[in-house]
Amino acid sequence: MTDTFTPVLTANWGQPNSWKLSAYEAAGGYKAAAKALKMQPAEVLGVVKDSNLRGRGGAGFPVGMKWSFVPQDNPNPKYLVVNGDESEPGTCKDMPLLLASPHTLIEGMIISSYAINCHTAFVYIRGEVLHVHRRVRQAVAEAYEAGWLGKDIKGSGYDLDIIVHAGAGAYICGEETALLNSLEGRRGQPRLRPPFPAVEGLYASPTVINNVESIATVPSIINHGAEWFAGMGTEKSKGFTIYSLSGHVAKPGQYEAPLGITLRELLERAGGIRAGHELKFWTPGGSSTPILTAEHLDVPLDYEGLASAGSMMGTKALQIFDETVSVVRTTLRWVEFYKHESCGKCTPCREGTWWLVQLLRDFEQGVAAEGSVDKLLDVAGIVNGKSFCALAGGACACVTSAVKHFRAEFEQGYTTPAWEVLPYEASALFAVEGGDVR
Amino acid sequence: MSGHEFQHHFAESGGVDLSDRATNLNEKAYGELRELASRYPQPRSALLPMLHLVQSYDGRVSAAGVEACAEILGISAAQVSGVATFYTMYHRKPAGKHHIGVCTTALCAVMGGDAVLDAVEAKLGVSAGAVTADGKFSLERVECNAACDFAPVMMVNWEYFDQMTPQKAAQLLDDLAAGKQVQSPRGATVTSWQEAERVLAGFPDGRADEGPSAGPASLAGLGDLKPGEIPTGVPAAKKRAPRKKPAAEPAAQATAAAVKAEPAAKPAPRKRTAAPKAETAAKPAPRKRAAKKQEEK
Repeated sequence: MTDTFTPVLTANWGQPNSWKLSAYEAAGGYKAAAKALKMQPAEVLGVVKDSNLRGRGGAGFPVGMKWSFVPQDNPNPKYLVVNGDESEPGTCKDMPLLLASPHTLIEGMIISSYAINCHTAFVYIRGEVLHVHRRVRQAVAEAYEAGWLGKDIKGSGYDLDIIVHAGAGAYICGEETALLNSLEGRRGQPRLRPPFPAVEGLYASPTVINNVESIATVPSIINHGAEWFAGMGTEKSKGFTIYSLSGHVAKPGQYEAPLGITLRELLERAGGIRAGHELKFWTPGGSSTPILTAEHLDVPLDYEGLASAGSMMGTKALQIFDETVSVVRTTLRWVEFYKHESCGKCTPCREGTWWLVQLLRDFEQGVAAEGSVDKLLDVAGIVNGKSFCALAGGACACVTSAVKHFRAEFEQGYTTPAWEVLPYEASALFAVEGGDVR
Repeated sequence: MSGHEFQHHFAESGGVDLSDRATNLNEKAYGELRELASRYPQPRSALLPMLHLVQSYDGRVSAAGVEACAEILGISAAQVSGVATFYTMYHRKPAGKHHIGVCTTALCAVMGGDAVLDAVEAKLGVSAGAVTADGKFSLERVECNAACDFAPVMMVNWEYFDQMTPQKAAQLLDDLAAGKQVQSPRGATVTSWQEAERVLAGFPDGRADEGPSAGPASLAGLGDLKPGEIPTGVPAAKKRAPRKKPAAEPAAQATAAAVKAEPAAKPAPRKRTAAPKAETAAKPAPRKRAAKKQEEK
C-alpha cells in the first residue's frame, strides 16, 4: 500500500526554493484559495465537514464541526488562530512544513478564515525556531504583495490579515486556552472550559484554533474534493497525515501516509530498527500518549486503532526505542519535562509532577524503596484528571504505561541503578568517550 | 529553630532585577515597541514580541524594558514582570553573545544528547544555566525543540544544528569562538542571540532565503521521489482492507528482519563486569545529572 500513496503535504518539500511564492504557485499553489473564494463560505465549510478531516494536533476533533460551532450571529469579530507551538516531545512535523512550504499554511488560512467569516487570523509559532519565523514572515509578506492577503483578495471582496506571533518558550501554550492567554500578552495558563473558544476565545470573541497541519491540509481538500480525501484512511479516520519517526530507526524522518497504516509498514519504509537491534517500546503520538511495545506493530495508527490498544493518536510522533534503552531513564526524562513545563496553576499537576520526578530519580539511581512502584502508580492516579488541562494527564500516561509494560524493570530500581541494568552509552548514536553518558 | 525552615526549590526564579538600571533602549527602540503594539487588535497582545525586542537591545529583560512595555501598554510593571518570568526564553541576567541550547528531553538524551551536553559543558567550562566569563556563550538545557528526527539536536541562537556528536559540538563552539562564519544545516548564517531576538520580535533580517528547503530527514518519507520531481498524480483514493486483528498477520511478512514481533520487552538484568562496577561505585551517590538539574531550577 505504501507504493500507491502519493505525498500531498510533503510533496514539494524537496523543491528548490519551495518556501517562495513563485515555486509554490508553479506547483499549483493558491488554486484552492482561488476556488474557495468563488464559493460561499458555508459551502467551503461543508466540504471540509464532509471530508471528515480531524484535528492533527492531538485531540482529533473534527475540523469542520469545530468551525460550525462559531456563532455567526455573534456581533464580535471571528478569529482563526493557528497553533504552531509544536512542543510535545517527539513531535517534529509542523516545523519542517513551515520551513519548506509556509505558503501551504497561508493558503489554508485564507480558505479556513473565509469559511468562518474571519478577517484577522493569527499564527502562533513557538519562539525557539528562528528560521521558521523568517520563512513564515517572508511568506506572509509575499502573499500580501501578490494580493493573496489584505483588502479585497484577488477581487473577491474578501479581506484578511495574518499576524505572525512568536511564543517565548512554554510547552503549555500548545494547549489552546493557554495559547489564547499567551496571545493576549499574559502568562500561558489554561482557562476553564466552557465557555469554549468557539464561543469566547481570543478577546472573548468566537475563535477557531487549529493545528498547523490541520489547516495546511485544507487546500488539498478544496482542490480535490471531500470524497477524494475521505476515500483515504480508515472508516472513522479519514485522509492522510504526516507520521514523524524518530529514535532508533534506520531512516528517521517525516512519512506521509493514509491514516491506519501500521508501525510495521512505516518501519519498512524507514529501513527498520537501527541495524542489529530490535524494537523495545514506542510512543504513537508524543510522550503524552501511553507507550506501546513490539506487540503492537500491527495496530492501525488511527484514532480508533490506537484507542483500542490503550493509547492515543496524539501528534503521530513515533519515538522508537530499541532494546538498549532504559525505560526508567526515559520515563524520568519525560516526567522531568512535564514538571518543568507545568504552568503551576493547578496544584495536582504542579506538586504531582514534582513528586513523580523525586520518585523516578530514586528508581533511576537504584535506591527506590521496596514496593514503591505502587506508590508511583498511586501518585499518578491522584494527579491524573484533576487539573484544567491535559498536561498532567500526559505525565501520568507515560508513567502508568511504562509500569504496565515494564514493571520488572522498575522493580530492579529497588537495588540496581538504571545505568547498570542497561548501560546508557549503548543507546547513543555514537561511541561515547569513556563509555559513560550519565 | 523549628526544623521546618522554608526550602526554596526555585532559587533562580526571582523577579526581574530592578536594581540593574543599565539599558540601551533609545527613541528608536521606543518607536519599534509602539509599532509592535499597533500590529494587534489589542495592544497587550504584543507583549511577548515586545519582550523579545527588549532582549535584542538589552541582552536581557531589563528593568527599563519592563517599564517601557508597561508604559506603552498601559499596564503595571508587575504585570509585565509576571509575564516575563513565566516564559523560559526571557533572560533575567544577560545572555551570552551566542546562546547554546542542548536538547536533553528523553529522546535526544537517549540518542546522545546527554553526552553532547557533557562535552559542551566541558568545552565552555560552565554548567547549563550559566554564561562564560568572556560573555561569548550562555548555555541552557532545552526541552524538546521539534526536531526529533534529527536527534541529538543542539541550538545556537535558536538555529538548528542536527545530529550532533560531542566532537561536532566542540568544533562548532571553536568556530563560533574564533568568529568564523557558521551556517545552520537547515537555517541561516549564525549571527548573535540578540539579533535573533530582534527577528523573533518581528523585525526580519532578510535571511529567510538562506539554507535549504528541508533537511534530509524531512525528505526521508519521499522515498524514490527525485529531488525536483513534483508528483503529478492524485493520491490513490484507496480504501484500506477491513482491519486485521493485530497478530493475525504472520510476523514473517515483515521484510525488515530487524523488526521483531516477539515482545522485546523485559530485558534480563545486565550486570556490569567487575571492572566498570568498581568504577561506578567510586562515583558520588546522587546522580550527577539529577543534582545538576536541581541546581538550575
